[in-house]
Amino acid sequence: MHRRLLLKGIVALGAMAAWPRLLWASRPDAAFIADNAEDAIMAVFGQMPVASEQIKLKIPDIAENGAVVPVTVSTDLADVESISIVVVNNPTPFVASFDMGPRMVPIVSVRIKMGQSSQVLALVKAGGTLYSTSRDVKVTIGGCGG
Amino acid sequence: MGKPIKIRAKIKGDFAEIKALMPHDMESGLRMNPATNQPYPAHYITDFVAELNGEVVMTAYWGQAVSKNPYVSFSIKGAVAGDTVTLRWNDNKGDSSEKEVVLK
Repeated sequence: MHRRLLLKGIVALGAMAAWPRLLWASRPDAAFIADNAEDAIMAVFGQMPVASEQIKLKIPDIAENGAVVPVTVSTDLADVESISIVVVNNPTPFVASFDMGPRMVPIVSVRIKMGQSSQVLALVKAGGTLYSTSRDVKVTIGGCGG
Repeated sequence: MGKPIKIRAKIKGDFAEIKALMPHDMESGLRMNPATNQPYPAHYITDFVAELNGEVVMTAYWGQAVSKNPYVSFSIKGAVAGDTVTLRWNDNKGDSSEKEVVLK
């Protein structure tokens, strides 16, 4: 009986070890309801980012329609775990996070809403450290309320 | 059941580029309905998952600020013709949609 329990334990441990890296924690709900960027970032990562020139954030300088702003984030950093996008002045700044497995090329494009002109952050977690780059985007017509 | 995902997948050298369009309201919960003076209830995709041959390669978590009818593109290394890419989303109201394509 004891042996069987032990066996079960070993099987369970094995299953946990085989669980792919980061695939995946659950959705960081606290980040999505946080009303400021710092709280949101801390809720997901538990650390604030360091600036990196190895992240490329492609986004228009002037977004005529805040409801649809195309964003592309790519990076040369190695061991990328996730790419996230934060719009500092949005009512809830944390927009999206993409947890990348080892099979992913570290580039992602998505279209986002911006309520007003804002600094936009691209965050990349790589090798356990959080990096970021930012751009200021001017919004002509906001895309949150209406 | 949510509306079907539209996928375009193309092998480009040693990776496959996936472009997906998901018809969805992505209602933020902030937009006012002028008729009732109440906000439209929030309705948005919360999770988006990509699989290659049944193995999860990317999990995305989204909030209200992803645009209506989300478009996303990304690339998977080492994917070859015959591989299956599956995309799936879940939203905050329990709706979901799933679509798979075979790379060629």
